[in-house]
Amino acid sequence: MLLLELYVFVLAAFTGYMVISKVPPLLHTPLMAATNAISGISLVGSLIAAGSRANNVATILGFIAVVCATSNIVGGFLITDRMLRMFRRDVPDAKREGAKAAPPAER
Amino acid sequence: MRDFFIQGSYLTASVLFILGLRSLTRPDKARRGMQLAAAGMLFAVIGTLVSHQIVDYRWIAAGLVLGAVIGYPMGQWVPMTAMPQRIALSLTLSALAAALVGIAEYNTRMTNGEGIPRPIMAALGIEVLLGMITVGGTLIAAGKLQEVITSRPLTYRGQNLVNAIVFLAMLALFGYLVASPEQRGLFYALIALAFVFGILLVLPIGGADMPVVVALLNSYSGLASCATGFAIGNVILIISGSLDGSSGFILSVLMSKAMNRSFTNVLFGAFGSQTTAGPKSAAGLSVRSTSVDDAAVQLAYAQLVIIIPGYGMAVAQAQHQVRELAELIEGRGGEVKFAVHPVAGRMPGHMNVLLAEANVPYDKLFDMDEINGDFDRADVALVIGANDVVNPAARTDKASPIYGMPILNADHAKSVIVLKRSMAAGFAGIENELFYNPKTSMLFGDAKKSLTGLVSEVKNA
Repeated sequence: MLLLELYVFVLAAFTGYMVISKVPPLLHTPLMAATNAISGISLVGSLIAAGSRANNVATILGFIAVVCATSNIVGGFLITDRMLRMFRRDVPDAKREGAKAAPPAER
Repeated sequence: MRDFFIQGSYLTASVLFILGLRSLTRPDKARRGMQLAAAGMLFAVIGTLVSHQIVDYRWIAAGLVLGAVIGYPMGQWVPMTAMPQRIALSLTLSALAAALVGIAEYNTRMTNGEGIPRPIMAALGIEVLLGMITVGGTLIAAGKLQEVITSRPLTYRGQNLVNAIVFLAMLALFGYLVASPEQRGLFYALIALAFVFGILLVLPIGGADMPVVVALLNSYSGLASCATGFAIGNVILIISGSLDGSSGFILSVLMSKAMNRSFTNVLFGAFGSQTTAGPKSAAGLSVRSTSVDDAAVQLAYAQLVIIIPGYGMAVAQAQHQVRELAELIEGRGGEVKFAVHPVAGRMPGHMNVLLAEANVPYDKLFDMDEINGDFDRADVALVIGANDVVNPAARTDKASPIYGMPILNADHAKSVIVLKRSMAAGFAGIENELFYNPKTSMLFGDAKKSLTGLVSEVKNA
């Protein structure tokens, strides 16, 4: 099991590296907000800790963890969307300058 | 059957997360992609909720509701100008969640008397270690960014020695725990020590170095959730954690490259605290200050204006006035471009978000590499609250602490106008040769006021 998990870890880190190194500096702040939201996935572990009725300590710590992770998910995805909504192109200008006005993302 | 459903939901979530992150390479596709990622999160949560490990839903329901109540204002109401501290605080929360899950898992295993195999203990140790370092570090970073704590480096004699001792003690505890996991007291000592180390690590780091620190802590918090995945045998945590970790890693490498400094230098160098006299003094040089009227004339008749925003623009919250000025110049037939240095501001991409908020179209925002060739044909380089990122000393003066840092070629423009509050040195505490260049004129005063003046003068010009 551990070996399999190591496989998953290495491949996921590699995929992450490939995908994220293509994100342009323009969107680096939304990227941080987005990975923050995704890191709210620790909710999955928190849910199990809070709901497995193992002992009181686990339930209480799990509960706090659920609160932290949920607020990250809700807040993180909302703020990422709010930011991305602000990024807009200058349409008439793009037409005027033709291909030159292609966004930096398409380098 | 149930397990099949759970694993299916995790697999779907992983794919959607990767697609979501991939969409961030294209500003026009990014929103849709992130909505997919949010859907993926929903899948993962539903998948977990049907797991038979969960027998009691009362605390879960309460936690979900309370979390949503806290998260909604954090997402919807926090102003864009407060984004750096907002990001730092959300890193605190995600690292805290990871660490708490680790503590709960340890506690449960100990209470049940199951015994903890060494690989699991190693994962738990790494999880609380990285988690608590991140919690301590991001709390200080957020405090500095909000200026609750001074954003200047806090240093004292023997600081690096103290940090090294705490660090080694932490490693020793970790090693001992892996060898004998039953030492409950030591586990809690490790948690406390990691928290203290996080605080000590960030205290000596100054405001302008925050982009590197926040990115690095982002990477730690990702790795902490990764370790959680190993500790409780959950693959989706491993995948998301490593995505998060690699993102933070890439950003911190990019940021330190943009400052021409190594990680170790950022973390242990306490930049700007050296009181040794600067390499070149300003003695005998004079600056030329200009008036709003003269600067407005220069801008009004320019063919190409390149605007270089810096942290000063964020502090003065002048991004809306900047956009207004740019539109006026364009209305008169001039061309306006924005040159964004990778470390301008307090976090990766800070200036881009502020300008986008002020409705500057993103095809006018250029990275350093894209724009540096254009300065030669620019009539005016307008520097707004930026300093070290346009200091030519980085190219020429080997004695300068910023020597070798890639900079924006503002000095190649035909003329330079610098909006600046006063003649105080930049963050690095060094004189900026650009200000003494005969091509340069300085417009002193609050950036917002100066820009408002420029806007009305350009209108009349």
